[in-house]
Amino acid sequence: MAVSIFDVIGPVMVGPSSSHTAGAAKIGSVARRVCKDKIVEVDFYLHGSFAQTYKGHGTAKALLGGILGMSPCDERIKYSYKIAEKEGMKFAFHQVDLGDVHPNTVKIVMKDDEDRKHELIGSSIGGGKILITNIDGMEMEFTAEYPTIINKHLDKPGTVAKVSSILARYDINIAFLKVFRQSRGSLASMVIETDNKVTPEILEEIQAIPTIKQIMFIDADGR
Amino acid sequence: MYQFNHAVELLNLCREYKLSIPEITLRAEAEESGRNVEEIWRLTEENFRVMEESIRKGLNPDIRSVGGLIGGNAYKLSIYGQADTLSGRKIVKAASYALAVSEVNAAMGKIVAAPTAGSSGVVPGVIISIKEEKNLKLKDAIEGLLVAAAVGKIIAVNATLSGAEGGCQAEIGSAAAMAAAAAVFMSGGKEQMCFDAASIALKGLLGLVCDPVAGLVEVPCSKRNAVAAAVALISADMTLAGISSFIPFDEVVEAMSRVGRQMSPDLRETARGGCAITPTALAFTRHIIEQSDDL
Repeated sequence: MAVSIFDVIGPVMVGPSSSHTAGAAKIGSVARRVCKDKIVEVDFYLHGSFAQTYKGHGTAKALLGGILGMSPCDERIKYSYKIAEKEGMKFAFHQVDLGDVHPNTVKIVMKDDEDRKHELIGSSIGGGKILITNIDGMEMEFTAEYPTIINKHLDKPGTVAKVSSILARYDINIAFLKVFRQSRGSLASMVIETDNKVTPEILEEIQAIPTIKQIMFIDADGR
Repeated sequence: MYQFNHAVELLNLCREYKLSIPEITLRAEAEESGRNVEEIWRLTEENFRVMEESIRKGLNPDIRSVGGLIGGNAYKLSIYGQADTLSGRKIVKAASYALAVSEVNAAMGKIVAAPTAGSSGVVPGVIISIKEEKNLKLKDAIEGLLVAAAVGKIIAVNATLSGAEGGCQAEIGSAAAMAAAAAVFMSGGKEQMCFDAASIALKGLLGLVCDPVAGLVEVPCSKRNAVAAAVALISADMTLAGISSFIPFDEVVEAMSRVGRQMSPDLRETARGGCAITPTALAFTRHIIEQSDDL
């Protein structure tokens, strides 16, 4: 992939570490968007280097800041514990072994105000870039650098074609399309990263496809 | 059309189109990103403003890092630099600005990774001090930043900018190369001279290990930013005096990449070697793990 000059002179971020601070804030902010309702409780399970060195890198504050809606360049990240307490959000950090995953990986478990649970697993893979690998138990992979549509759908022929034809009609170019399934004919997930803005009406149209069970949209971060 | 992955290609493009390094860099970025040149200039200027702001904040005497190891050094050096110094006013100023940014970074303040957060002081330290000392315009500084970006991009494509992969030479070494090239450009040097300076700076820091005490981006990272700013300026001065680099830049980058691969993982950001396992560092590491619940 081509290197942008803004990967070299950038990103704008709060320190001290692009992987341990900026990437952590980004993972938190994706998690916040996965849990659409008000988050009242959040548990962070830190793995590998995240578990070993999170204290001095502000990793914990950055993850929590992301959950509170802060971007990696938000200077309030430093005070995210206090801000979470003020907002009445409960939070805890745990050091765990998540198995054979990237050294900078975190599993985030959120509870909303109606006691529903959401989970996300993400890794900070260097230079502030991230990879989300699991949402609510469904395996997937996306970077959150592009506007991303995530569907849960029945693994039936024609579903992918129907979705892509809707996108084509709105002149949305698909940058990456990945389909993941647990077993043949059961529930599967589809991750579509696009080059263009995705409007609510497009998402509604996709959701109306009978085999689509659930749809989620994560907008791109920053530039 | 304007794409380049190596210094040789960039220099050829400059000759072919009779354009400067920043002009080719802008056009290459526009081609690849789909943004227009004006927008890329504006985004670069935004980043430059953040750099200026982080220097301003970092010169505050009361700044303290999260791990508590550094803070206030930029202020000390900037006050000292007002009198006659050994290394000269310009080097001391660049070094104090580099310290300022790295202290803001360690205090969880806002910085521009250039190329990384740990090495974020060198490029702004050099470019902004030269802008002030030579009374240059904003445009000249932005162009300097674009030259630095072009150099960093070539290193990113052909080697690495990550300390975990290539050691500190990949972060601080790259930052010094980027800053040296920018310094030459801002002093009116020719295209080839920018890369000669970048080569001299990177060679000067080749083999530098990444050995953060307690894994924190504080010691020795912060002061290395200041040292690298001085390396960048003296490399630029040598080039401006007519000295060239015997090894061309693209080959120095290859050498850096190879050295990085030969380096033990203990010396690549794991805090298992170098300064990180000195008795003083280990005593501090035990202390910080026990004491700091609020980190």
